[in-house]
Amino acid sequence: MDRKTGGSSPCASCKLLRRRCAKDCIFAPYFPPDDPHKFAIVHKVFGASNVSKMLQELPVHQRGDAASSLVYEANARVRDPVYGCVGAISYLQNQVAQLQMQLAMAQAEILCVQMQQETPFAREQKIGIDDDDDHDDKHFMLQHSGFSHGVNQFMSFSSPGTNVVQEPLKRESLWA
Amino acid sequence: MSTSSHNSNNTSPSPIINESNQRRCAACKYLRKRCSRDCVLSPYFPASLPHRFACVHKIFGASNVARTLQQLPVHQRAQAAEAMSAEAYWRVQDPVYGSVGVINLLQQHIYMNQRELARTRAHIAIHSPTRGPCSPWAGLWTSPI
Repeated sequence: MDRKTGGSSPCASCKLLRRRCAKDCIFAPYFPPDDPHKFAIVHKVFGASNVSKMLQELPVHQRGDAASSLVYEANARVRDPVYGCVGAISYLQNQVAQLQMQLAMAQAEILCVQMQQETPFAREQKIGIDDDDDHDDKHFMLQHSGFSHGVNQFMSFSSPGTNVVQEPLKRESLWA
Repeated sequence: MSTSSHNSNNTSPSPIINESNQRRCAACKYLRKRCSRDCVLSPYFPASLPHRFACVHKIFGASNVARTLQQLPVHQRAQAAEAMSAEAYWRVQDPVYGSVGVINLLQQHIYMNQRELARTRAHIAIHSPTRGPCSPWAGLWTSPI
């Protein structure tokens, strides 16, 4: 008998693992019995014991998000057994690189426009003086460069702008 | 009774094991087992990168990784191992969101870049009446593929 005490049905994990679903089952809040596929896929990719350990190491208020992200990653890996989530990350990295290039070109164009609109005399007088627009641009770029730095730090597994799945086994510096 | 432990006539029980110890991949070293010649993990988890396998084992489990690689054609296994290592690394760094956190971060970055690009192009359109009308949204949604 694998019925939970009190008559309620076991969670999806205990159903799949064919065991008694305890009151304090760590999976029960996140893998309800009405969605067995969710746990099946997580179990297939990560293994029930690994998932259990990962959830147990987290404070209770973070376990829901952790379970959801594990389901997302497991789904991605089942859809794409080679790249999993990394495929999406590579695609997004390329988008970021393209947008940064377009932004750089647009900002260069602004500078050209500004220079064309200034008279030579006004240009000489203006050297070293920031106007409000420049200040806003610089402020944003400073913030933006900090954000970029944050992304690059997080993405330190690969060099920014490159496909993370290229050059296998050359990421030694990360693991040394 | 010979008391020498280094008698050359004594065949140490370990030369075969010692030799295979030296050739063991990171996975077999971690799991403390003999690394066979056809070990599916050894090409992708060399002994020089022990932390890489430790990460992957912690998140996916050695048997899941081995099974995943075995089910793939040989020419795709290196990239699969690399991708799994990356995902495991991100999950160890961020136990709540893992690689989903990286995706969120990149999406935020894209959103900010798109907003700034639209703002910049609007600025160009306003201050450059001689250039033809140019939608600030042009090119924003171009697929990189």
